[in-house]
Amino acid sequence: MDKRTADIYEILETVMDPEIPTISLVDLGIVTAVEWEQENPHVKLTPTFSGCPALRFMEQMVHEKLLESGYKMPKVSSSFEVAWNTNMISEKGLQALKKHGLAPPPKHAGYIELDVLSDIACPLCDSRNTTLQTPFGPTLCRSMHYCKHCHNAFEAFKPVT
Amino acid sequence: MELTERHVEGLKELLYKMADDLLILGHRNSEWTGLGPVLEEDIAFSSMAQDKLGQSLAMFELLHELGENIPDIVAFTRNDKQFHNCHLVEMPIGEYDFSLARHFFYDHADALRFAMLENSSFEGLSMISRKFKGEIKYHTMHADVWMKQLSYGTEESKARMQSAINEVFPLALGIFEEGEFEAELIEAGIFIGETALKAQWLEKVGTELHKYGYTLPDPEAVIPALGGRKGFHTEHLQPLLNEMSEVFQIDPGADW
Repeated sequence: MDKRTADIYEILETVMDPEIPTISLVDLGIVTAVEWEQENPHVKLTPTFSGCPALRFMEQMVHEKLLESGYKMPKVSSSFEVAWNTNMISEKGLQALKKHGLAPPPKHAGYIELDVLSDIACPLCDSRNTTLQTPFGPTLCRSMHYCKHCHNAFEAFKPVT
Repeated sequence: MELTERHVEGLKELLYKMADDLLILGHRNSEWTGLGPVLEEDIAFSSMAQDKLGQSLAMFELLHELGENIPDIVAFTRNDKQFHNCHLVEMPIGEYDFSLARHFFYDHADALRFAMLENSSFEGLSMISRKFKGEIKYHTMHADVWMKQLSYGTEESKARMQSAINEVFPLALGIFEEGEFEAELIEAGIFIGETALKAQWLEKVGTELHKYGYTLPDPEAVIPALGGRKGFHTEHLQPLLNEMSEVFQIDPGADW
């Protein structure tokens, strides 16, 4: 990665997910490329879910941040060219999810079965003695669980292939 | 291979029927918002509605790239004769057993269809199919869980699900109504064709249902609900379209 592209990634590490403010868009894994048209960066994003209502908002956040950082004509676009999946979340990102009280998604090998969701580690006490309440949570990317050890309900960022 | 005009027409026909299925079923699923039998189910149908609307938007954007109008105009200004969805998705939500049976039949067909389309020669379609895979997986898992639960519930729950399966099955066969351009789509490697998809689907839903002790009706013994792909619909679609486009129609030029 050349210096000017690395600079863009560094800036984007300060743009946080609008729904999970502890994780940056870079750590979430949705920044798929930075291209250059002369001195103008073109940042490419990929949606987490095709129905994610935050996508347009995130494009706008990136655009504004780049303007603020002194780029005159930045471009931001999103496409399905690179299909996002939860293995694309960085190590730092997984920790950031936990910090927000969300159990991070387990790494997957390209397929998901219901079993994967039945013993997610509780983000509050780390016990694996948990059960899945429902794979559909308050947003498309979350599932709901119950910890039988510390008796708390919690949400997980669900694994997606 | 070089795409001829008929290939492109076939591609548009394929995209329209899939996008319309997703848009209309997405709307129907959203009608469970606030009405689900338990909170988790309310959220499940609402989440699946959101996925389906997002997926239909991605397909309307592909159509726009092929020269069709922008997604909002396409979604909100056509009348029922211009929609190509199958009858299955336009039927009212009914009782929960009906909605679950529809969900089971439709989402298994969708999962298989998009798995096939991952290998489509049309790149836009293979790209979104790879994306949708992870989302649809959660839909079929949800449907299977309820098929199982209600079979092992009470005699009444099992009998009601079997009766819903019998009622929905002829409607579900309408998913596979062939279009005018099947041969072109197969020839160009865009899509493997409705006949091949239907065969895979019958095997899949048959296996799942038998696992839980239900019977899949004989496809040769029922009359499939056809016509939707050609713009012939039941009396239920136009009222849905009126409701869906109500806000849009108040001020079509509004900037959000």
